[in-house]
Parts: sequence; structure tokens; C-alpha cells
Amino acid sequence: MNGVVKQLTVISGKGGTGKTTVLASFAALAEDKVMADCDVDAANLHLVLTPTVVESGDFYGAQIAVRDAKLCQQSGECERYCRFDAITTTDIDELACEGCGMCVVACPNGALRLETVSCGQWYLSETDYGPMAHARLSPAAESSGRLVTMVRQKAEDTAAERGLALVLIDGAPGIGCTAAAALADVDMALVVTEPTLSGIHDMERVVELSGHFGVPVTVLINKADLNAENTRRIRDYCVENQFELLGELPYDESVTEAMAHQVPLVEYRDGPVTEGIRQAWSRLSQMLSA
Amino acid sequence: MSERSKPTVSVAAGKGGTGKTLFATSLAVALSEIHPGQVQLIDCDVEEPNADILLHPQITQHTPVNVLVPQVDLDICTRCGLCAKHCQFSAIAVIRDAVITFPDLCAACGVCAYVCPVGAITEVNRQVGSVAHGSTVRGIEFVQGRLSVGDQRATPVTRATGSCNDDSMITILDAPPGTACPMQETIEFSDYCILVTEPTPFGLANLEDSVETCRRMGIPCGVVINRDQAGRPGVEDYCTREGIDVLLHIPEDREIAEAYARGETLADAFPQWHDELVRVYEDVIRSLSQTATAKVEE
Repeated sequence: MNGVVKQLTVISGKGGTGKTTVLASFAALAEDKVMADCDVDAANLHLVLTPTVVESGDFYGAQIAVRDAKLCQQSGECERYCRFDAITTTDIDELACEGCGMCVVACPNGALRLETVSCGQWYLSETDYGPMAHARLSPAAESSGRLVTMVRQKAEDTAAERGLALVLIDGAPGIGCTAAAALADVDMALVVTEPTLSGIHDMERVVELSGHFGVPVTVLINKADLNAENTRRIRDYCVENQFELLGELPYDESVTEAMAHQVPLVEYRDGPVTEGIRQAWSRLSQMLSA
Repeated sequence: MSERSKPTVSVAAGKGGTGKTLFATSLAVALSEIHPGQVQLIDCDVEEPNADILLHPQITQHTPVNVLVPQVDLDICTRCGLCAKHCQFSAIAVIRDAVITFPDLCAACGVCAYVCPVGAITEVNRQVGSVAHGSTVRGIEFVQGRLSVGDQRATPVTRATGSCNDDSMITILDAPPGTACPMQETIEFSDYCILVTEPTPFGLANLEDSVETCRRMGIPCGVVINRDQAGRPGVEDYCTREGIDVLLHIPEDREIAEAYARGETLADAFPQWHDELVRVYEDVIRSLSQTATAKVEE
């Protein structure tokens, strides 16, 4: 180890392709690593790695407008200038409020101010496989991109403190702020895809996003035997774009069983899928240390 | 929902990949058989829009989605820094003689232009996505939003897409996964939210968050259990405990997965599902009218 912490994000574009299952197995196979569950909007890694929380805190990622009714003169300026229909002279819609502060500067009587609100919790935990940073975004809360950045920071700090070589990041589906925050400035993105038309479409978009950040991409096909033609298309796509195809995993029922037993798949049962994941990890760790 | 208008049903899922789009498009296809020309499908999963893959619509029009971002006239600007001081999103910075904007961080709130004492900031349009309009051979009116890759602000695109909701039609909204802003923006347009889940610990955990989000937003919801299997009662038990209607069970079936992989809906590949899908919609309508009656009686 040369003292440089490497970061790997497992991402998919489309949800449900097996991203978390793959990452949980990597957590069992890799050495000297910290895990970061950055799918804060639908966090699931903790269901497999069963962490014990050692440190936690509120995440104050958003602000909302608060009114001092004593100072309000009902000028209506707040309502006139708010672009999010979040405020009237009598009400503030906390879900609609963006916390931009327009009403605060527009109010002629200084009756409005911004207050930070907790929109989730972050956790630093220990698992059987090493430390893990994760979070829980409050349902119906916002600012998930910033929470992702915070979880990554906690993981990086932990890696630095303990001299760990690798941060394993579980990314969110999509290509918006949550997915982007998990991809920015990492050393490599592993795109877990499936041979469905939606899987291919979504992979292409998340690959484009990775390119946007200059992050090198490698691809793993899950449920590869579901549709031979689509699997061929993904292989061709990798060749055309010079992405290394890390492997192909077959469709296998025991994947959900392992999830139900709360253990990483590679620790649950040996079979074609676990063998594929082991090989993928062995190649990936070479690529990361190159 | 006024008396003349038809209800809007959103289809959402906390966890991605549970079959949300498959169900939404299948429902639209089944309903279009008995309500020809009266069904609208709106794909609000603007980060990864997929409904077109299953419905094969003919797209006739693309509308750009723009957001406002600041443009600074450096000849007028005095570099006073008030814009940067008031911007809550760090989307504008004044560093010595330079004024730098970060359009990706901008919320288009207009505070910078409002506080600028010399009027150096104008707000200009920047395209962040587009909305496609078209129809399918079965006469389903099709609307689909698409966020530009590299732009992170899904919400304005979701809003522009969802607002194409036509009150005179039966509208099905395909929502993005999760429970954050884009999902909330979508289900806000609906009278009822169908939550598609799978009977796994992941599916259940994310379903609980989705239900809580619906409740906070005051939107009634019901559940579709996809990839259902005997011996996995977790989701069913949860719904019973919480008093949530389970609207439909779709079994774990490799043939369904293979049809989906080819880009076929449940209704197209397995016509025997038609009646069940229509029945789900009728159950939703009944549940909505009961809620409405209960409210009147209150």
C-alpha cells in the first residue's frame, strides 16, 4: 500500500440490478477497506452488513424559512417573491420551501429568518467486515446530494485515520444529485447492469455521467442469462467504448435468500454467482492498484 | 379532484428495480382497452426514463425544460459580493475581480438578482432537460421527461413533466425510485399512489419509507407485491399491520422477467393479466370514492 486511499463506486443507473448485493460481497472479500452506503434515499447495505453504530449525528442539510408573527405586517412581499409557492402571509409550506432566503431579504419588516433543519442522520459503524459510514435521509426530506458528500467524507476520514487502502461506495440509482455525488472524483466506477432494454439504456446514461466526471468505468452483467441478445449488446458496447467487462453473473434465486439471511452472498453459498463475484473482485482489485 | 375530472394515479417504489415501470405501463395498456383514447401515461422518472421502451410510442414533439441561472454584467458589477453572501447554495462567488457562477448548484430562486444593488445580474434560461409528447398505437397519450446527463437538477424537469397531467384523462404517473424530492414532486400530482415492492428485506425497508412519505404528504396509497413467493410474508404482514391495501400480487416468474427484458409489458405478453390490472384500477377508484364520502360525512 502506498498510502493513497482508492475509491470505488458501485453504480447502476437502473435500480434493482444487484448493486448492493455485489458491494456487500466485495466488503467480505476486500482487505483494509471502509464501506460507504451513499444510496441514502433507499439505504440497504446495513441490512446485509448489520452494523453496530458507534457514532452518529443529525444531518443539517437544509434550511427553511421561519416567521416571527409579532414582526409580520402582512406586506405580502414574501408571497410575491417566493418562486416555489412555499409561503403566504399566513403559512409556510415546509415541504415546498427551498431555503433560498428570498422571503427573508424581501420582507420589509425583518419578520422572516432561515433556520437549519435536520433532514436525516449520519452513522459511523463497525461491521464484521470493517468500518462503515451510512445515513438515513428522513422520509420526505431533501438535500440527499449533500448527505452523500457527508457520508463519503466520514468514510474518507476513517480510511485516513486507520490507514485503510480503499473506500467501497454503494451509489444511488439514477443520474441526479444523489448518484452524481457518489461518483464525483472516485478512482473507478463499477456499473452493475442487467440484460434488459431498460438496464442497457440506464447503463449508458450513468456511463455518460461517469465520463462527465472523468471516472474510468468497468462493467459487470448480472442475470446475464436472462436475455442472450441483450447480453451480447452489452458486451459489444463495452468493446466499442473500451470498457473492461468484469464478468457475467447468472440469474440465481439464492441471491434473495442470502439477503433474507443478512449475510453477503459470498459468505452464504458457493455457486456460479459467488464464483463470478470472486473473480470480478480479484480483477477489480488489480485494476485499482494499477 | 373535481367531480368531472378523472383521477391521477402515481406508481412509485422506494427501492429501484421492483417493477414500477412494468406495472405502470401494463396498467396503462390494460386500461386503454376498456377506456380507448382516455388513458395518459406520464413517465416522471426523468433521471432514467424507461416507459418508452415498453410502450413504443410515436414521439411527435419535444419541449425543452429551462431553469433560470444568473448572468452577471461585469461592466456594471461593482464586486460588492452581496449576491454571494445571500446565495444559500454557494452558486455564485466573487473572488477578487472575478465573479464565478455554478449553474449546477443554482436553485433558480432569484435572490442574487434581487439583492444586487446595481442591477448587474439578469437571469437567463438554461436547458436542463426536455419533455417528449406522443402516443402509442393503442391510443395511449404518452409524456416523458428526460434530464440532460451531467445536469443534476431533476426536480424542475419532473415538475414540467408532471404538469402535463390532463384532468380529462385517466392519468398514470411513473415516479422515480426513492422518497426524495423527485419522487415527492411526482406523487404530489396524484390522487392515489400505488407502491410497487418485492417481498425481500430491501423491498420492505424501502416500502416503509415510501408509506411514511405518502402519509406525510396526505396521499392515500396501496401496495403491489411483485416477484411474490410463498414463504416470504414480510411485506404482506406489514401491510396488514398498517392497514394498507394489497392491490395485486405478481408472482416471481422467469417468463415475466424475460418478457420485460425484451421490452414487453405484462398486459402485452400475458393477456390473462388484463382483467386483474383493470380490477386494481377499479379498487383504487372505489377506495378514493369511499375516502371522499367519509370526508363529506365528517
